[in-house]
Amino acid sequence: MGLILAILVQGIQMILVLALAPGLVGFTRKVKARLLRRQGPSILQPYRDLLRLVRKEAVLADNASWLFRNAPYLIFATTWVAAALVPTFATGLHFSWAADLIAITALLGSARFFLALAGMDIGTAFGGIGSSREMLFSTLAEPAMIMIVFTVALVAGSTQLSTVAAFMVDHSTLRVSLGLALIGLIIVALTENARVPVDNPATHLELTMVHEAMVLEYSGRHLAVIELASALKLLLYISLIACIFAPWGMARQDDGLIGMAIGAVTWIGKLAVGGFLMVLFETAIAKMRVFRVPEFVGGALMLGLLGTLLLFVSRSF
Amino acid sequence: MPIAAALLSVAGLAGVAVVAPILVARRIALATSIVYGASFVLAAVLLVCGLSALLGGSAFQGAVHLPIGLPWIGAHFVLDPLSAAFLVIVDFGAMIASFYAIGYGAHEEEPGRVLPFYPAFLAGMNLVVLSADAFGFLVAWEFMSLSSWALVMAHHHDAENRRAGYVYLLMASFGTLMLLLAFGLLAGPDGDYIFSAIRTAAHVPWLSGLVLVLMLLGAGSKAGLVPLHVWLPLAHPAAPSHVSALMSGVMTKVAVYAFIRVVFDLVGEPAWWWAVTVLTLGAGSAVLGVLHAVLQRDLKRLLAYSTVENVGIIFIGLGLGLAFKTNDMTGAAALAVTASVFHAFNHSLFKSLLFFGAGNVLTGSGERDIEKLGGLVHRMPETAYLFLGGCLAISALPPLNGFVSEWLILQAILLSPDLPQWALRFLVPASGAMLALAAALAAACFVRAFGITFLSRPRSPAAETAHEASRWQIRAMYALMALCLVAGVFPGPFLDALSPVSQLLVGGAMPKQPILPHFSIIPISESRSSYSGFLVFFFILMASWAAIRVIHNFASRAIRRAPPWDCGFPDPSPATQYTADSFAQPIRRVFGPIAFRAKIGQAMPPPGDMAPARLTLSLRDLVWEFIYAPLEGAVLYAAERLNVLQFLTIRSYLSLVFAALVLLLVLVATWA
Repeated sequence: MGLILAILVQGIQMILVLALAPGLVGFTRKVKARLLRRQGPSILQPYRDLLRLVRKEAVLADNASWLFRNAPYLIFATTWVAAALVPTFATGLHFSWAADLIAITALLGSARFFLALAGMDIGTAFGGIGSSREMLFSTLAEPAMIMIVFTVALVAGSTQLSTVAAFMVDHSTLRVSLGLALIGLIIVALTENARVPVDNPATHLELTMVHEAMVLEYSGRHLAVIELASALKLLLYISLIACIFAPWGMARQDDGLIGMAIGAVTWIGKLAVGGFLMVLFETAIAKMRVFRVPEFVGGALMLGLLGTLLLFVSRSF
Repeated sequence: MPIAAALLSVAGLAGVAVVAPILVARRIALATSIVYGASFVLAAVLLVCGLSALLGGSAFQGAVHLPIGLPWIGAHFVLDPLSAAFLVIVDFGAMIASFYAIGYGAHEEEPGRVLPFYPAFLAGMNLVVLSADAFGFLVAWEFMSLSSWALVMAHHHDAENRRAGYVYLLMASFGTLMLLLAFGLLAGPDGDYIFSAIRTAAHVPWLSGLVLVLMLLGAGSKAGLVPLHVWLPLAHPAAPSHVSALMSGVMTKVAVYAFIRVVFDLVGEPAWWWAVTVLTLGAGSAVLGVLHAVLQRDLKRLLAYSTVENVGIIFIGLGLGLAFKTNDMTGAAALAVTASVFHAFNHSLFKSLLFFGAGNVLTGSGERDIEKLGGLVHRMPETAYLFLGGCLAISALPPLNGFVSEWLILQAILLSPDLPQWALRFLVPASGAMLALAAALAAACFVRAFGITFLSRPRSPAAETAHEASRWQIRAMYALMALCLVAGVFPGPFLDALSPVSQLLVGGAMPKQPILPHFSIIPISESRSSYSGFLVFFFILMASWAAIRVIHNFASRAIRRAPPWDCGFPDPSPATQYTADSFAQPIRRVFGPIAFRAKIGQAMPPPGDMAPARLTLSLRDLVWEFIYAPLEGAVLYAAERLNVLQFLTIRSYLSLVFAALVLLLVLVATWA
């Protein structure tokens, strides 16, 4: 009975992240529009877009290979699994120990690997430029992420997110290293989600684009699945930041239904706050030139390394 | 006794090597199949010997003393957990390569230049792993080097291959010389060359340090540690592809074995600065190797540079193992060493797989230059699929095996704040960052390798008319791919199998990996970290299956084919695609100025001038420039000066001999 319940809760988390991800995107678009004094589309618009896209036929280029057709599902699956492994409303879920934070980072790496390959499949200049730049950014964002994981893991004594969250609740003190890790993680999150100083999610047909260039050839259900995967990724990063740096309100392993309900409400609140702050930052800043981005992301790598080194010097930093 | 069977099989391989030239000379049609088939069977026997010794415990291990070789030493062989583990790595690679070669060897123009040396090469590698005395070890080592040199020179009509062979021969001789000196120091004044005697002898600390340096030079040059890697990207691609796979996937592991055997097993207690040296070299190799790999246009050379990277990763693990071992942190040392050996095994799998893929591309299209390839996914679907698997594994992406071993090394790094030495405390996180950087760059490198070679549109007629490889080649690759998946999804049994190895090397082992629940692996304790490749794999499969089912059943599964969209301006010319160089350009621009002192010059003609604008790029190989070029200059200079000695009179020669004699006598007199 306990096992079934545990698997059920895990299943609810998987469904919940999937269901909320487009809503989060809709919310950020709405807030952004309001900040720009526009009315903006409804929060539900991404859901409508996805429904419209999956119902359409998929147009494939003449020379599209099996990889092009299957990549969207693999990208979606790896991102979804990664998103479902980050504790959202409760810690210590049944499968939470299947993968730690390093594995979650690597799962997102798998998704990116397939996305970059899909961008190169048709053999157009746009796809190639997108893939090439995406891989450049990832060569700095991924080690930055690993160093941030190191910082967090050295503080909490574990790379398991559930353990980290529990530790952070019990020992919430201000630490220099965690501050550095937070800034680094925000930079990585902006880069990985193709947000404004790095990339612009709102543009098409612009040579500075990265993510949109890779998915240029996709249409119909394939595009829908990829869009859903990027929404999941945004939700994942905000949940991750919340889970490590603001883990309050999450249900513990033995909390009952009420605890979980509280956890779910606070989580949705955290998503809203995170999305709002991100959009606020986006509206206040201009997009960078492509070759300024490595300096920006390299900054995150340096912050992560600095945080780790501080902790190697003394555990009290 | 597995060791007897193993030695008989090695003798069998030597016998095949002797018979092979006769078969070729008599123009027997099946010569290729016979030689590779026999190698396959013998390697399989050796694999079984290694596996039984590794898994079966001490009953299947043992030592043998044969009265051959030097009269007062004889030949000693041993099959302990360490040699058994590497016997498995060597012979699994050898077995699959032989199978692959049954198909690939049919394309060989001069089989007489490959067939006799191939089994000899296998025999040499096996003997290195089995030897238990310095003399036999060095003979086997040299045998392995020379037979692989002959294989590198198989296609000697190409001037580039001859240069590769020359550089390889030089580096191999240098490496053997260093090993000779290392064993000389280990044997001590009594000249006890048997490993068991060396192990029990007391070693002076500074002499042990010297042994470490010599081993890093000797074994490191064979393994491809920066800055001794220069021969590797030349020689590995020059050999036929199945031999390239063996050289990159397996022979570098034999070098790793030599290093582990001497430094962890024979020489005794390590000092902490050893770990500093090994970690620095490992981290440097990892990053520099992959940075070179990202920029290569030759598919096989790209793979060879990526071997440098992976050897670097293995040495990072070994360096961590040394660091923990000196400080008596047995659990952590066991984790680091196990991860390192596991990565050696994993690398032998996916590197062989990738080299076989490159071999298929070579037989299918005749091209190695990825700028001339493209679109092979349509003409070589199975090779493409399998090569993609290798790319995923080597880029350390879950749920495949490359991720597991790199994850374990990262877990070992997280245990190192407890190290007392400050130098190590700063170096270990830095090497962790280097490892992460190398892994990320490897992903970029293999996206480029796969994307340019197999995806997009054909860039040359050769790529347009490419054909799929033979069944033998494809099946060999399926076997490797399957094992990559198994080792990634069920890593627990593999780690358990390596526990006697770490017991031998650091006196402790990783905790026994539980089967339940869900085949997860636990490096230290469950609360610190755990990973279940099985669950991750299962979830990915279920999630993608569910997505496909839901969308196809409840939405649309209609497909329409159309010309590419390309923002409304599709250009049919393949020249409008991204090329390998343009893909690597951003990475070159970011990392090039540091790693290669890259200089990019633009020559714009003045307005009105119709001359084309020129872009010039200069990349400098700093290792070559600062180490090898001065060395070459010094050797030439010395040769020039000493040339005078060739034209002396007989009186001068006699006085020279006399002076040398006096000098030596004085030396001996003062020494005693």
